[in-house]
Amino acid sequence: MKIIVSIKEVPVRDSQLRIAADARWIEDGDLSYEMNEPDAYALEEALQLKEKHGGEVIALCAGMARASQTIREALAKGADRALHIEDEEIGSWDTLGLARLLAKAAGREKPDLILTGLQSDDLGYGQTGVVLAEILGLPHATIVMAAEVLDGKIRVKRELESGWFQNIEMPLPAVLTIQSGINKLRYATLMGIKKAKIKELKRLTAGELGVAGSTTATIERVYFPHKAKQTQLLEGSAREAAAKLIEKLRFEARVI
Amino acid sequence: MSQTVLVITEQRGGVWNRMSFETLAAGQRLAAELGQKTSAAVAGQGIAVLAEGLTAWELDRVYAVEHELLHDYTADGYTAALEQLIRKVQPSFVLFPHTYQVRDLAPKLATRFDQGLISDVVGIRHETGPIFVRQLFQGKLNADVKPLGPAPHFVSIQAGAFNADLAEPGASHVEVFTPAMTASEIRQRPMEPFRESTGAVDLTAAQIIVSLGRGIKEKDNIPIVEALAKALGGELAATRPVCDSGWLPIERQVGSSGQTVSPKVYIAVGISGAIQHLLGMKGSKIIVAINKDANAPIFEVADYGIVGDLFEVVPAMVEALKPALSAGA
Repeated sequence: MKIIVSIKEVPVRDSQLRIAADARWIEDGDLSYEMNEPDAYALEEALQLKEKHGGEVIALCAGMARASQTIREALAKGADRALHIEDEEIGSWDTLGLARLLAKAAGREKPDLILTGLQSDDLGYGQTGVVLAEILGLPHATIVMAAEVLDGKIRVKRELESGWFQNIEMPLPAVLTIQSGINKLRYATLMGIKKAKIKELKRLTAGELGVAGSTTATIERVYFPHKAKQTQLLEGSAREAAAKLIEKLRFEARVI
Repeated sequence: MSQTVLVITEQRGGVWNRMSFETLAAGQRLAAELGQKTSAAVAGQGIAVLAEGLTAWELDRVYAVEHELLHDYTADGYTAALEQLIRKVQPSFVLFPHTYQVRDLAPKLATRFDQGLISDVVGIRHETGPIFVRQLFQGKLNADVKPLGPAPHFVSIQAGAFNADLAEPGASHVEVFTPAMTASEIRQRPMEPFRESTGAVDLTAAQIIVSLGRGIKEKDNIPIVEALAKALGGELAATRPVCDSGWLPIERQVGSSGQTVSPKVYIAVGISGAIQHLLGMKGSKIIVAINKDANAPIFEVADYGIVGDLFEVVPAMVEALKPALSAGA
């Protein structure tokens, strides 16, 4: 089976974020980037399905030129080839426009299955996969915790709220958005990293794909949130702070 | 023209999702600012009586979207039905509670109208028009998002962002809406929801919880935090990523996909405070955060905090809890 995995690069998790001068996004030039974590789980799921059923895994990414590093990582882990929709202004595309870009590139490949993470760690809209499915006219399931390919269809375990789950079946081709923790991530091997250098990484542009941006919403301003509570910060050395905290919990809050 | 804010409520098996009423409150406030009316809708099969329950609120109309193919939720079925309702009502805004079901449904529905979904909104401000506040980077930053272009705009509201008690009571009436649907257009085949057997760990009864997050770095470090839980006579808990990694069993997971707890004291160790985690513990009486990043969102809800290295602070807390040696010993 032919599986496309849509991945995104995001600032590494522990990044110290600073707000850009125009206050419409973060200062992103000097940050390090990595594969969005739920997308990494989607990639792993695709690789495991390929190992079971044979076929091909294609990594698809819309991102700036620097995203090629994240794409190479996907290739090093075992994706067979990659499509990079390269755009230095990718941040100005809204979800709908971005999903149209991805749909155009993915649709050409006529995949049996498209996987992506359930949401991104930066914007967190959590809808690219669903919109992609709708544009391509494919059925979808979200927040997937297990996937099993049956004859011409797929059976998935969806996570519901508060510890509930539900199995759903649907015909292939289909789109799934993958929840973190569905599988155990692999590391790229040295051999994999070596091989990734010679794997096909095809660059595409919005112009070639014939997709124009859409503007259904705009970020006017980003800012650090106001604190809901006044936190008493305890200072000093670790030892001093710890001692003060225990005292506060004992005699002020009286909870221990 | 667009004179209505339409709130899509959620039920499953005839039981309301409580977030529906928070979204009603949000819808009423948005409509008041816009000088518009609010209507509500509920979809399902045999839901006329349930829909009657919504007439106790200040609403222009309650739509009971009724069809046998809506008995179980499917993305295809609910999208087809609600698309028809929205085309009929022509609302200015469509509001949803940001539930797992809405995450599955609303982006698809919005796409039918060439719109995006402004998802997971935590607040609404009004300038020349409504501005929707949502979180970025897992709660580290907020963003003001302004909808552009023609109506309808689609918005989902985060749990706890609006107070359901502030929804205005009133009187309205139910209008049954029967969408045109065929079984063949529904591609998903859903089965009965189920719970997985969980261990005997009931964190909801715990008075003291020490919880750990990614800051613990590796499984071998867990005993450091476990020692604190033991010294306090509390339960050990964790965030989703820790349980996903298999470092602690899933029965110890706190958050929207795990248990919801409200102990006397919740000590969050190396937890940044993503919203999914906060939803599971923000009802705790006292919250303590220990984290090396002073900007971590966990400090927004913490009563006490230490900005520092958990590998130094936690053992120091255990030390401070040891009974004082008697003088002269």
